[in-house]
Amino acid sequence: MSSTAVVASDSDKDLWMGGNEPLKASYGKLMMWFFLLSDAFSFSGLLIAYGMIRFSHPAFQGSPDEFVFSQEYWPIPEKVFEAVPFLHGVSLPLVFVGIMTFVLILSSVTMVLAVEAGQRMDRKGVEKWMLWTILGGLAFLGCQAWEWTHFIVGTEQGGRMLDGTFIHGASLSQNQYGPPNFAALFFFITGFHGFHVFSGVCLNFLIFYQATVGKLEKVGHYEMVEKVGLYWHFVDLVWVFVFTFFYLV
Amino acid sequence: MSAEHHEESTVVVQPVDKAKVRLFMKVTLILFVITMIEFAIAFTVDAGILRTAVFIALTIVKAFYIVSEFMHLGHEVKTLIWSILIPLIFLVWLIIALIYQGGQVLLVR
Repeated sequence: MSSTAVVASDSDKDLWMGGNEPLKASYGKLMMWFFLLSDAFSFSGLLIAYGMIRFSHPAFQGSPDEFVFSQEYWPIPEKVFEAVPFLHGVSLPLVFVGIMTFVLILSSVTMVLAVEAGQRMDRKGVEKWMLWTILGGLAFLGCQAWEWTHFIVGTEQGGRMLDGTFIHGASLSQNQYGPPNFAALFFFITGFHGFHVFSGVCLNFLIFYQATVGKLEKVGHYEMVEKVGLYWHFVDLVWVFVFTFFYLV
Repeated sequence: MSAEHHEESTVVVQPVDKAKVRLFMKVTLILFVITMIEFAIAFTVDAGILRTAVFIALTIVKAFYIVSEFMHLGHEVKTLIWSILIPLIFLVWLIIALIYQGGQVLLVR
């Protein structure tokens, strides 16, 4: 361990009396890291379950141009997610979800700038960048609300069920795009992530408020910004994986 | 931190760390370019094992930059880095076990 050399120069008393800090990080930050590790396992569980269930269904055989929705095989994601607001009927696969990805990455950048401002005790900077981060989070949630609505309402052509009836859109029990599990996993995975974004926006707002009223300045440091920052980057990180495994692959 | 302040109102604001901001902009650019490459591959290359492998590799590169630079883990003490990364080894088993199992379920369906 690299910290051993530093500790050895202190007295032995400090070594065993809680006087050293082997991970060089505060209690709050460490706990945030270990919470995020456990949260990473939750999301991995969901995404790996997606992989398992997808592999337990037949894949579509044939050219992607001939793809039609069917209960018999797993849908090609880019054939499902190809709508963009205000461009009705235009096939733009993955464009809207790409925009959502950039919104979230940009809000991660503004968050990192808020952390940087906090380390310099720059209250105005923290306020400005936290506000941008909150706006980015809200924009992402708005996009997701639209995405869910479109997914639930469905398309004009609909999809044929196994008993021959046509349905439009999706619920937890059946959907026009493919096997019932496809929609169920969509709701669970993007919903669990969306709930994380929502709680992240709430936490960001709380810290933005505390910075604005001068509470953090009074405390003497802006470490709370760093802690919610870790959480916010994690939400962005999870989206990178959801984007790949749910939409791209 | 700022031991200089005598009253609550006089807080010394340090100037912007330009090198740090430049690093963040570089990471943003990298994330943007990688996502654009993913889009280009999605529209030009047919689906297959190779395409999936490239997507996963690019995702891990993006994850590395987010965790290492944005979450600052790359600049933490080595013990902290490993105590976050090593437990993720369990996922390797879960991926192999469940993907294999999914294939078996397909065979008996």
